[in-house]
Amino acid sequence: MTAHTTYEPKTAIERWLDTRLPIVRLGAEVLEFPTPKNLNYWWTFGGILSFCLATQIVTGIVLAMHYQAGGASAFLSVEQGIMRDVNYGWLIRGIHANGASMFFIAVYIHMFRGMYYGSYKAPRELLWLLGCVIYLLMMATAFMGYVLPWGQMSFWGAKVITNLLGAFPIIGKPITTLLWGGFAVDDPTLNRFFSLHYLLPFLIAAVVALHIWALHVPGNNNPTGVEVKSKADTVPFHPYYTVKDGFAIGVFLILFAVFIFYEPDALGHADNFIAANPLVTPAHIVPEWYFLPFYAILRAIPDKLSGVIAMFGAIAMLFALPWLNTSKVKSMRYRPTSKVYFLVFVVVCLILGWCGAQLPDDAVIPALGKTGINLIDSDLNSYVWLSRIATAYYFAYFLLITPILGLRETPLPVPDSISKPVLAGEAAKKD
Amino acid sequence: MLRKLTVLAAAVGLAFVATSALAASTKEEPVAPSAPWSFDGPFGTYDQAQLQRGYKVYREVCSSCHSMNLLAFRNLGDKGGPFWDPKYKSSVENGYVKAIAKDYQIADIDRDTGDAIKRPGTPADHFVAPFANEAAARASNGGALPPDMSLLARAREGGPDYIYSIVTGYHPAPAGLTVPAGKFYNPYMQGDLSSFWKGDPNKVPVGGFIAMPPPLADGKVSFDDKSPSDLKAEARDVSAFLMWAADPKMEERKQTGLAVMIFLLVFSGILYASYRTLWRNIDHH
Repeated sequence: MTAHTTYEPKTAIERWLDTRLPIVRLGAEVLEFPTPKNLNYWWTFGGILSFCLATQIVTGIVLAMHYQAGGASAFLSVEQGIMRDVNYGWLIRGIHANGASMFFIAVYIHMFRGMYYGSYKAPRELLWLLGCVIYLLMMATAFMGYVLPWGQMSFWGAKVITNLLGAFPIIGKPITTLLWGGFAVDDPTLNRFFSLHYLLPFLIAAVVALHIWALHVPGNNNPTGVEVKSKADTVPFHPYYTVKDGFAIGVFLILFAVFIFYEPDALGHADNFIAANPLVTPAHIVPEWYFLPFYAILRAIPDKLSGVIAMFGAIAMLFALPWLNTSKVKSMRYRPTSKVYFLVFVVVCLILGWCGAQLPDDAVIPALGKTGINLIDSDLNSYVWLSRIATAYYFAYFLLITPILGLRETPLPVPDSISKPVLAGEAAKKD
Repeated sequence: MLRKLTVLAAAVGLAFVATSALAASTKEEPVAPSAPWSFDGPFGTYDQAQLQRGYKVYREVCSSCHSMNLLAFRNLGDKGGPFWDPKYKSSVENGYVKAIAKDYQIADIDRDTGDAIKRPGTPADHFVAPFANEAAARASNGGALPPDMSLLARAREGGPDYIYSIVTGYHPAPAGLTVPAGKFYNPYMQGDLSSFWKGDPNKVPVGGFIAMPPPLADGKVSFDDKSPSDLKAEARDVSAFLMWAADPKMEERKQTGLAVMIFLLVFSGILYASYRTLWRNIDHH
C-alpha cells in the first residue's frame, strides 16, 4: 500500500504501536485513501456488500445459538424454536434468510458494474479474480445455508445439486459420498453442511480483506476508465465516500426491510414450510432465484455431464474475462457498440434466470401452442429452447463478442483525465 | 438526479424481476373468490373474534384428522392470538387457555412408578395429535396422510386463499372423469387428470383429486358470537385461524416494520442531505 496519509501518532500509545503494529496508521490510510471523485452510485455496492457480509455473520452467529443440526430436530428448531419461541427469532431469521437474497442482488449489480466499466482490466485482474472467488464461496455458503432448515426444498435441492457432481467420471461418486457422509442425503449431510456453512463466511471475510487490499494497490477504477493522474482527480475516502456509501446503504436497507417485514416469504418457496420427507418428491424442485440462470444453462444441455460442465464453465468465463477482453479502452461509456452487446448480455442473464424457474417443456408463448418444429428433444416453442439460445449468447459474449469487439470497435474519444472531459461540450451535456 | 433515480429504479427492478420469476415458477391454479382478509396489506391485523371462531372450526372438525404439532395451548393466549387477554401478564396464566388445555389428556410418565399415564393438559403442553404416528394416520384415511396444519397456510402457494378454495371448492366431477374410490374431485387441488379423462384430450378439467371428504357444510359448527355459520363463513374463519397459526408474529412484524421504515426514511434523508452538503464544492461529473 502506498503511503498517502498525513497520520502522525500523537499519543504515547500510538507511537508505541506505530513502531510495532501500525494498526492505527492502517486505519488512517484506509480512511484517507485517495478515491476518484467521479464514482457514481453503481460504485456504492462494494460498501453495501461489506454491510451484507457483516449482517449475515452477526445474525448467523445468533441463529446458530438456537439451531439444532439433525434430521429430527432441524425443522423444529427453526419453525417452532426460532420462529415462535425465541425472542425476536422471526426478525433475526428474517434478516438472515432475506439477507442472502439481498447479498446476491448486490453482488450481481457489483459484478455487472465491473464488467461495464472494465474494472477487471490491468492492473486489476487479481482484484477481479479475488472477487470471483468470493462469489464462488458465496454460492457454496448460500446453498448449504438453504439446506439447514431441512424443509422439503432444502432436502430435495441438496439431493439434486449434490447428485450433479456424480456426473463426473471416476471422481464423481467418491465426491458425492464424501459430501453426503454416506450413501444418501441424511443427518451426516446436514451436520457437515452446518459446519461448512459456519466456516465459509469467515473464509469469505478473509478473501474480502485480500480483495480490498488488491483494490488499494492500483486504487479504484472509475466511470471514465481513465486512471487517476493527479490529486485533483481524487477525494479522501472519508468523509466523501463514507457518507455517499452510507446513503446508498440506507436506501438499500429500505428495500431489504420491505422484504423482511412485509414480504418475508416472497423470495423463498412454500414447499420449505413442509418438513423434509425423503419419500415425497415436490412437484417442482427449483433452486433459489440467484442460482436460476446457472440452473437454466444446466438444463439447456441434453447430456448430464456436459450440462454440469457448461454450468461450471459459465462461472469459469468470469475468471477468464480479464484475458478475453482485448480492448484498450476500459469503460463502455466510450464503447458504443460494446454497450449494446453488454445490455443484451444483462437481459440474457435475466432471461436465463426466468427460464430456470419454468418447466423446460412448457411453451414460452402459450398462445402459439406447439410449433410442430421438434429440434433434438423439444418443440421450438419451449423454455428449453429459449434457454439454449440464451446459453449460446452467454458463452458467445465471453468467447467471441468480447475478444472480437475489443479489436474491431472504434471507441469514442477518451478524456485525458478524470478532471478534464475530452470535449468542452461533454461537460455541458451532463446533468 | 435523473441518473440517480435510474440507478435506484434498476436496483428495485432487479428485485422485482427476481420475485416475479419465482412467482411464475409454479403453475397458476384457480383461486376461489374470497373477500379481502383483515390481515392483508402493510397495516393488516388479525380479527380476534374470527380467530376464535376459526379455532372452534379447527377443534371441532379439522383436529379429528389434522395435527398441529408446532402449537402449544399457551400460544392461543399469546399477544395477537385468539384468546389473548391483556389482563394476564403471561399466556400460561390465561384462564381460558388453561380451561382449553385441561380438556385434553396428555401422555406422560408417572414420576414415582415410571408407568405411562394420562394427565390433564396445561398451557405449556402442545396440541394433541389425532393419530399416534404416520402409519396410523394413513390407515385411518384410506392411505392418505392429513398434513400437519401448523404451517399449512405458508406451505401452500396462495396461503389462506388456497385453503378457502379447497374447502369451499368441492365440485361434482365433470362427465367423462373417472374418480378413483375414496377420492374427491376438487378443481383447486393440484394435479394432472389427463389419465382419468375420457373426453377431448385438449379439454382435460383443471384440478385434481383429494382424499379428504368435504370437511365443512352449512351449520356444521355453531359460533358462540352468533356469526353466520354457512360453509363460506366457516371456511373463511378457519383459513384466518390457520394463517395466524402459521404466522403468529405477523402483527409484531408489521408494527416493527412501520417503525423501521420511518427510521430508515428519515435516516436516509439525513444522509442524503449530508452528502449534498459535503460534495457541494466538488465537481465530480
